[in-house]
Amino acid sequence: MEDLTPEDISQILNTSKLMKGISERDVKKAPTLRGKTIINMFAEPSTRTRTSFEIAGKRLSADVINISTSGSSMSKGESLKDMVANLEAMRPDLIVVRHKSDGAPAMISRWTNCTVVNAGDGRHEHPTQSLLDMMTILESKRKLEGLNVVIFGDIKNSRVARSNMIGMKKMGMNITVCGPKTMLPLYVEEMADNVTTSLADAVVGADVIMALRIQTERLEKAKFPNAREYSRLFGLTLSHLKKAKHNAIVLHPGPINQGIEISPEVVEGQWSVVLDQVTNGVAVRMATLYLLLGAGLQKTE
Amino acid sequence: MDDLLIKNGRLIDPANSMDAKMDILVSKDKIVTIAPKISAKAKTTIDANKLWVTPGLIDIHVHFREPGYEYKETIESGSKSAAAGGFTSVVAMANTNPVNDCAQVTEFILEKANNTAVINVHTVGAVTKGIKGEALAEIGEMAKAGVVALSDDGKCLMNPGLLRDAMEYASMFDLVILEHAEDQSLCGKWSINEGRTSNRLGLVGAPAAGEDSIIARDITLSKYLNIPIHFCHVSTAGSVDLIRQAKKQGVLVTAEATPHHFTLTEDAVGSYDTNCKMAPPLRSKSDVTAIIGGLMDGTIDCIATDHAPHNVVEKEVEFDCAAFGIVGLETAVPLAMSLVNDGHMKPSDLIGSLSSKPAKTLNLSGGSLDIGSQADITIIDPELEWIVEPSKFATKGRNTPFGGKRMRGRAVVTIVKGRVVYKFNGKDIDSDE
Ligand SMILES: [Zn+2]
Repeated sequence: MEDLTPEDISQILNTSKLMKGISERDVKKAPTLRGKTIINMFAEPSTRTRTSFEIAGKRLSADVINISTSGSSMSKGESLKDMVANLEAMRPDLIVVRHKSDGAPAMISRWTNCTVVNAGDGRHEHPTQSLLDMMTILESKRKLEGLNVVIFGDIKNSRVARSNMIGMKKMGMNITVCGPKTMLPLYVEEMADNVTTSLADAVVGADVIMALRIQTERLEKAKFPNAREYSRLFGLTLSHLKKAKHNAIVLHPGPINQGIEISPEVVEGQWSVVLDQVTNGVAVRMATLYLLLGAGLQKTE
Repeated sequence: MDDLLIKNGRLIDPANSMDAKMDILVSKDKIVTIAPKISAKAKTTIDANKLWVTPGLIDIHVHFREPGYEYKETIESGSKSAAAGGFTSVVAMANTNPVNDCAQVTEFILEKANNTAVINVHTVGAVTKGIKGEALAEIGEMAKAGVVALSDDGKCLMNPGLLRDAMEYASMFDLVILEHAEDQSLCGKWSINEGRTSNRLGLVGAPAAGEDSIIARDITLSKYLNIPIHFCHVSTAGSVDLIRQAKKQGVLVTAEATPHHFTLTEDAVGSYDTNCKMAPPLRSKSDVTAIIGGLMDGTIDCIATDHAPHNVVEKEVEFDCAAFGIVGLETAVPLAMSLVNDGHMKPSDLIGSLSSKPAKTLNLSGGSLDIGSQADITIIDPELEWIVEPSKFATKGRNTPFGGKRMRGRAVVTIVKGRVVYKFNGKDIDSDE
């Protein structure tokens, strides 16, 4: 999201709305990217995002190939650079990259001529997630500017939080981040409008509440005593929602640890837009692929 | 007839408080005369008009990779890189393979240096066996074989009890320990400095406090035992403050800083440039300012490069997998001279931090232009402008963040034991008679 202007973001969100129309038709297919080849290179397991990109590509009639490396290429003695050279030799038009190393998509885009889309890199960014989050908010609230959004959880290690802090700031949203002090980075106050370690304070007057998935293995690394204490202090419950605006919505990038960062009643309530996020994920990815391949916008996200 | 006459140069010799226009005459491998005007004839005469004539520069922190990693660098290629950068003596670190932790390896390195190096190559020995931080290396045997200091550089001596033993034991042989200050448990598996850039890039950051806390611990030990310790590549404002206070109290500490730590900030990492990945990492603007302040007031004694060549395949990988370190010998002089050009240091103080002070820190010969001493001399053109071209480096390493950058100043002639071992291309200053 760092490289996108507010105008770019608006353009993608507008295009996503059109793309959603295709997904709602009986024949969910448009010929726009016929003859284009997209490689989904996932070096980190992620069924959800990979499937979303795959469906997005196929709905636009592109040929989509999935390559899951889950880190095994290095063990075979093949470097990432070699692997990219090999993929490029197959002449794809676009590579979607998910990687556990921060910056891998940026590096890959330096090593190849084809367009690269970041599908999540380490702790760095997850731009299409941020775009689908904003699309979902826009659908519900009809605007982004001036809305109060709360992002809570492991702010320090979350690429979803990072991309949303950057993207939502660009769109004029008022961002509050909340999490245990061990999960807030240094200088976080420069990245958000408000910072607090109290979820009860954070949610007051919120239009949008975004839970982050807590990595349970991080809890074991002494960032927090245990899951139970975490959920007591940082789990979103119905009582929090009473302090938010009456029409507040709740987002979660999934997969959800029910009962840890968010209680089951909250996930199932009318404020939950979690499934809309999944639907919009396909639309945003279709828009991204369309704009990069169909509309000749040459840019790496 | 004498062998070498250097005429008309600005002779800067901080050890002898000399900064004046002087001629210098060399016979065989010794300096024989220094005078305002020498009329004697010599086999080779160098006109050093508008140039600085300084003691051969000394770098007390390089990694020459031999034995074990000859594909990165050899003692020969490293020594040529040093000569091209104006250095006549270097001290090689012990993290070779096998580690230099016993007399046999020390002897191998010194013999290789004797047979293949074009400059004086000294070596440190490891403090602990295999640089594992568990048991003392064969320090006495290595002292006999000729190591000039001890260091587990690359790794911090994390066990303070073992460090105390090492300091006490090493002091019997007058060997100082060179500490790589990095608290591993505080820092974790980091890639760059912890700060705004790590926030932007998502990379795991090393806190400055991870360096400061080890420096504080080591100062405490040094003061308690009254045994010296030296700090490698100081990179934080906190470290500089601690060392400054310690020196005021008379604690026997010395320190070095690298050119990259006083010329670049973490911003240089840009979009994941692995040539900006090194240990310690590039820090913030205020740290850079503090390092310069430390050099200005003598808190930091020496400029050392931490020359760390790597093969390109070790840098063209994911940032968190990339090797730490950059080459430094061939860019050190112009980067250091920026301190003079920016008005922070006088030429004589800068040359002192590259010659007499490193010699004093490790009790090495050289670092001054004494009559009768070995003729190790560097001639520097302070105004020469040139562009860094890594493909033309003498080192095998191409890992530099300064590729393509315009530099001002460089060593143009390097003389070791009276012999010209390096002359900058296209610089016609050498007239044989
Ligand atoms: Zn080191």
